[in-house]
Amino acid sequence: MGCEKITYNSSLITHNSDDKGGGMDEILEILEKDARTTSDDIARMLKKKPQNIKEAIKKYEKEGVILKYKAVINRDLIKDTDSSVRALIEVNITPQKDVGFDKVAERIYSFPEVSSCYLISGTYDLLLIVEGKDLHTVSRFVAEKLAPLENIKGTITHFLLKKYKEDGVILKQREENKRIAISY
Amino acid sequence: MQISKKVQDMQPSGIRAFFDLVLGMKDVISLGVGEPDFVTPWQIREAGIYSLEEGFTSYTSNKGLYKLRLSISRYLKNRYGLEYCPDEEILITVGVSEGFDLSLRAIINPGDKILIPSPSYVSYGPLTELAGGIPIYIDTKDEGFKLTPRILEKHIDKKTKAVILNYPTNPTGISYTRKELNEINKVILKHKLLCISDEIYGDLTYDFEHTPFATLSGAKENTIYLNGFSKSYAMTGWRVGFACGPKEIIAAMTKVHQYTIMCVPITSQMAACEALQTGRKSVEEMKREYQRRREIIIDGLNKLGLGCIKPDGAFYVFASIKKIGLDCLDFAQRLLREQKVAVVPGTAFGRGFDDYIRISYASSLDNLKEALIRIENFLKNIRR
Repeated sequence: MGCEKITYNSSLITHNSDDKGGGMDEILEILEKDARTTSDDIARMLKKKPQNIKEAIKKYEKEGVILKYKAVINRDLIKDTDSSVRALIEVNITPQKDVGFDKVAERIYSFPEVSSCYLISGTYDLLLIVEGKDLHTVSRFVAEKLAPLENIKGTITHFLLKKYKEDGVILKQREENKRIAISY
Repeated sequence: MQISKKVQDMQPSGIRAFFDLVLGMKDVISLGVGEPDFVTPWQIREAGIYSLEEGFTSYTSNKGLYKLRLSISRYLKNRYGLEYCPDEEILITVGVSEGFDLSLRAIINPGDKILIPSPSYVSYGPLTELAGGIPIYIDTKDEGFKLTPRILEKHIDKKTKAVILNYPTNPTGISYTRKELNEINKVILKHKLLCISDEIYGDLTYDFEHTPFATLSGAKENTIYLNGFSKSYAMTGWRVGFACGPKEIIAAMTKVHQYTIMCVPITSQMAACEALQTGRKSVEEMKREYQRRREIIIDGLNKLGLGCIKPDGAFYVFASIKKIGLDCLDFAQRLLREQKVAVVPGTAFGRGFDDYIRISYASSLDNLKEALIRIENFLKNIRR
């Protein structure tokens, strides 16, 4: 199963009801469901001009509201020798003087192994999602690159065993249409 | 022959063979489905499942769960200012299908005429006959598929008992503004007729607000308002709907219902309660999705020369194949065999619609676009 999705920065959206580029949120809503939807189709669906849609999308891309287009892949269905392992890592850090958590977080998320990084409430400060080739690679990353960093007080690593649902997509094999093919 | 004459005389479906053909084929893109492609929203399914876990497996009151009737009463009052007493003026039915059957059985005396605007949903005529009435079809082709006061008047005589309205309509998707309905109501009031109003697609009206017929001045006392959960909440298989009307009529309908069905399944009724509490957002999302698909399909069909009047609601388009020069059954069979796309021939919905096919856009955008490509190829091959 695969479908493309976009990631967008919701804090940059301002609701502007009189823009001529088409209902702002509606374009994003459509693209978020299927990023392959063409501007022409979006224009038809929202009864707007294709040119306006294209311009609105370009604006979003430029402003960073639309950050990226990607396919959501169900890795369990790929027979892959290079299978990867994912871990959720909770990190406790001592915030730096004058800059708080941001600078420390930046050092951590700059590592390519860190695919996501969040500041969270609760017992721990940062939540990381780290990807590696196997268990050893991830453990080595934590032990050799992460834990020794200045300002890191401690880490807890949880390995992801199974993905049920991600970003609103249920990772089950696409089920066959259950409806009878023809009805009044 | 042991079968009752009445049933033998009932109009058989003229396209049963075509249906069997579709069901027998694999990998067909079906644009012939009369139900949403969405699954019932999860929290509604959850409510149904939970009710079973909690052991709600017995009969309910014949009229239906009181709390469901109360919810419906509140919903209609808040949404449309329409007041029906949950005790005596609302009956929970097995979909609008049963509500419709009960309505006819409750009001028809042998020989009564029932006016049915055509093209119409397939069961109206046969059920009228089954109830001992005479269906009188009113062809709306020349009026843009709308029932107008003019053609309505023409078909009324001393034996006319009731008019059936269905809007947004299956198979055309056409609906009526409040103004248009008022004009129809005037005729109905003038001739002291009853009105059975099937508004199952009411929530799926796109370009203007849907007006329940019973909200019109003077209409409530003569109208049986039928609605349900199948299309707007994607609960077709749950079989739960409701009928609202004057208490004498609802009492008569309940009398029949209590002997034939006893009550609607309790699981479905409990799920319907949840639908009214929390399902509104899902309805709006599905409606938005249908609306977008409508734009794509109308645009696509017009480009192919299959003109159609833009539907105001539901998820159907009644497209004209006149320019193609085939009759609808021929067209549908060939389209199915050559391109594996299924549509419903127009004659399924009434005589005289040989030049029409019904296309349902209750299908994913990908399917619709692929189907349009295949129809285009089909048309190219014919024109050669």
